[in-house]
Amino acid sequence: MARMKFICDAERCIECNGCVTACKNENEVPWGVHRRRVVTLNDGVPGEKSISVACMHCSDAPCMAVCPVNCFYRTDEGVVLHDKDVCIGCGYCSYACPFGAPQFPEQGTFGVRGKMDKCTFCAGGPEANGSEAEFKKYGRNRLAEGKLPACAEMCSTKALLGGDGDVLADILRTRVARRGTGAEVWGWGTAYGSKPATPAQGAKS
Amino acid sequence: MKKLFLILSTALLLSACGEKPQGMGGARGDKPAWDGTGVAVFTEPGWKAGDKNSWLLALRARTQYGQNEYSRTN
Repeated sequence: MARMKFICDAERCIECNGCVTACKNENEVPWGVHRRRVVTLNDGVPGEKSISVACMHCSDAPCMAVCPVNCFYRTDEGVVLHDKDVCIGCGYCSYACPFGAPQFPEQGTFGVRGKMDKCTFCAGGPEANGSEAEFKKYGRNRLAEGKLPACAEMCSTKALLGGDGDVLADILRTRVARRGTGAEVWGWGTAYGSKPATPAQGAKS
Repeated sequence: MKKLFLILSTALLLSACGEKPQGMGGARGDKPAWDGTGVAVFTEPGWKAGDKNSWLLALRARTQYGQNEYSRTN
């Protein structure tokens, strides 16, 4: 069974924000909600690294653990989704998430904070696959169309990888073996519990 | 009369002990992605809706061809 994951290869990310734009466009994400964003570490310092961050669909998702109304669920492929009809916009998930993934639109049911919105791995929500209701609430369901997340497919340098974790680890392993550096994968251990098996730093194939 | 009053008042008092569940019931179930959307125009060819294995294979192939340029350039 496939286990859907994201990997961002910091050696390749050029901070073009193509993934952010692709996500915004594909899912028609409202103004002020950032399902995906690019973070630069040591900005301006030689050797700075950029990574694209969104919901990582964690193996042991903290958002699921803290949600008081149990609005989260996990698909068979390991994608963490939520039901906006159940969400009360309390924001607990926002405090629990190590990636800052949960977003809250400015207008909504509870005062200024609406129902939570986050990356769905382009897998929609509990509404019927590909329906208009699903699109309005969660965005496009590309997975049910046999496609991968728009952000990963749109990445021009192929820094952001999305898909079956085994295939992604295999791709990264090949890259690290070829270039002999850049085995570090930010967020992988936090989200999935262990680092992908990559050759030792400096190794050449 | 007194007995009837006692029975009725006891029933009334006991009814307060029952509490209706106030939970939201959690998230609804979702249909699996390999069931497809039913919209042929947006669906990628190469797999059959409802066939989990063909969907998985199509996605794996898409990941390799789309995101692993080493499989194409070398």
